[in-house]
Amino acid sequence: MAEFKEAPAGAPVSTQVTTWLQNRFPTAFDAYKVHMSEYYAPKNFNFWYFFGSLALLVLVLQIVTGIFLVMHYKPDATKAFESVEYIMRDVPWGWLIRYMHSTGASAFFIVVYLHMWRGMIYGSYKKPRELIWIFGCAIFLCLMAEAFMGYLLPWGQMSYWGAQVIINLFAAIPFIGPDLSLLIRGDYVVGDATLNRFFSFHVIAVPLVLLGLVVAHLLALHDVGSNNPDGVEIKARKDPTTGIPLDGVPFHPYHTVHDIVGVSVFLMIFTAIIFFMPEMGGYFLEYNNFIPADPLQTPAHIAPVWYFTPYYSMLRAVTDPMVNVFAVVAALAAVLAVLKGGLSGKWKVAVLVGAVVVIAALKIFDAKFWGVVVMGVAVLVLLPLPWLDRSPVKSIRYRPSWNKVLYGIFVFNFVVLGYLGMKPPSDIGTLISQVGTMFYFGFFLLMPWWSRIGEFKAVPDRVTFQPH
Amino acid sequence: MKTLIRKMALALGATLTLTLTALLSPALAAGGGMAWDKFPDKRVTDMAALQNGAKLFVNYCLNCHQAAFMRFNRLRDIGLTEQQIKENLIFTGAKVGETMKVALDAKDAKEWFGALPPDLTLVARSRSAPGQGSGADYIYTYLRSYYRDDTKATGWNNLVFPSVGMPHVLWELQGQQKAIYADEKDPHDPSKTVHVFKGFEQIAPGTMNQAEYNLAVADLVAFLQWMSEPNQNERVRLGVWVLIFLAVFTVIAWRLNAAFWKDIK
Repeated sequence: MAEFKEAPAGAPVSTQVTTWLQNRFPTAFDAYKVHMSEYYAPKNFNFWYFFGSLALLVLVLQIVTGIFLVMHYKPDATKAFESVEYIMRDVPWGWLIRYMHSTGASAFFIVVYLHMWRGMIYGSYKKPRELIWIFGCAIFLCLMAEAFMGYLLPWGQMSYWGAQVIINLFAAIPFIGPDLSLLIRGDYVVGDATLNRFFSFHVIAVPLVLLGLVVAHLLALHDVGSNNPDGVEIKARKDPTTGIPLDGVPFHPYHTVHDIVGVSVFLMIFTAIIFFMPEMGGYFLEYNNFIPADPLQTPAHIAPVWYFTPYYSMLRAVTDPMVNVFAVVAALAAVLAVLKGGLSGKWKVAVLVGAVVVIAALKIFDAKFWGVVVMGVAVLVLLPLPWLDRSPVKSIRYRPSWNKVLYGIFVFNFVVLGYLGMKPPSDIGTLISQVGTMFYFGFFLLMPWWSRIGEFKAVPDRVTFQPH
Repeated sequence: MKTLIRKMALALGATLTLTLTALLSPALAAGGGMAWDKFPDKRVTDMAALQNGAKLFVNYCLNCHQAAFMRFNRLRDIGLTEQQIKENLIFTGAKVGETMKVALDAKDAKEWFGALPPDLTLVARSRSAPGQGSGADYIYTYLRSYYRDDTKATGWNNLVFPSVGMPHVLWELQGQQKAIYADEKDPHDPSKTVHVFKGFEQIAPGTMNQAEYNLAVADLVAFLQWMSEPNQNERVRLGVWVLIFLAVFTVIAWRLNAAFWKDIK
């Protein structure tokens, strides 16, 4: 325990109170130093660095608005829809709280997608920040679960049928599928039991895990320090007397005042949506969801909310011919590994046996199952990114110029997949999403190869920064 | 400072792109079916129109359809007093604080119309179709597209909702019209002919002429639109103030940021 201090006689009340608190709760003062006033973050943060703090802001907004929604919401199949309309009409300011929560869900994904994109282009996942990236991926997974289960709660037609479709996907898993989907639903169709358990997960279980992961994400970040657009380790050059990184500035006040500008601009966009177009043309609140859930009437076109559609597109892209393509790719990869991999005899045999098993599995199980696998792996493939990327530099600024084109195509491809996932299936749409799916996986799985080639630029010793 | 402006421009640009993509894509998704007429939006902020719409609604719709999430006394928001609501708009024993329910038995409804008449509280929101128009556009077109069809059990059919279960409830106002069709060559396949809708023809007059009927329907739709979100006008009004506040706050935040960062070299 720290030394017990005495405030000097005649000190102002504020000093006395601070001393009193310091003696009894020094951890809070240490934490403030470690995470705010003496956390040195690079001074060259750019536009992309707003989205981490914005994600935290949206998380807080979702939790606070959620608390107020739960005060009037009823997780009961016969009352849920009515209670949401009660909130929208009869609860004072209920409409605002509800629109904040529904717009916040979409805003969360926009902000998190941009945050992940920042990590990708500046190589923020690379050593020593692998674990931060993995915590982040886990947060993204939690967020998807949270959004999916929250979407059932208004109990509209899209809530109901969207949940029905997604839960049925689990039924495609061989052997355990039908029982697993029954376990998730708690009934043979989506019903009151499903609504209650999704409510429980949405308001308690997942948010707890999410908060824990966010804390881990931030603690790990503050242990190793933030990356920056140049990918320069600022801790490598410290002031010899103070030990403070030369290119670092205290997070508070410098980055806090900076983030307030970002928050303000973000809130302008966020509130413009809430007040002028809360449905966002049917993307944030789907029109069909203003009809109460009807188990006897299937809507003509069921699509997940926009933030899931890139993955939904990849799921739909897996048709029988696509499975054959996967089999051919697996075979080629195995042959290539055996011929060029420089493996020992034992490993060559192992690779070949592995390939045969994979190809057999591809042909034995249904394409629908592989679609589910592809959708899951499309998210999980983000996890090994720190080890897939073999580039000697972090930031895209010092990677070969063509990498910028490649990353641009990656984003374009992701947006196209998202667009196609909202549309009813069509022949040309399926073909495009198949090509898009191959590109998406190719981007990650071939990264160990392509991230090493080309001409890298010299990384400077210090960050690039123009004073304001 | 310049970089900050550039950053903010970038932020705005990124959002604009996102918004535009979100808004443009439904336009590409326009489905089939008949084009919807444009509902005259201004009626939703016109108190007299909303009151007339409420009158039409309780007289013609609220016998089979419910508005189970809409309270009678919410009509105060469109300029009516509780006394006026009680005396002129409640025909059942309902209390003024109750929601607009009807006593129609679900089984009877199924037998009479083939389906339970849907709740109308949110119909103006749920009927929106990206690329085709708003829910108000849909209802505005729908209520003006009834025509005589002897092949149907009710004697009525509708152009935007073919084989609809509901007969033309407003027929006394509009009168009766029939649909004129012509056989034309299929532009895609000259060997076939297609049945093309050419327009309506009035066969019996109603108590209103065409223009009066259109206005009455517009008022009714305005009411449905308002009822789907009674605070929508208030929401927009408030939003303007919120944005003005945030615009001022952004300027302050921007200058505060500049004041701190001017020391960082």
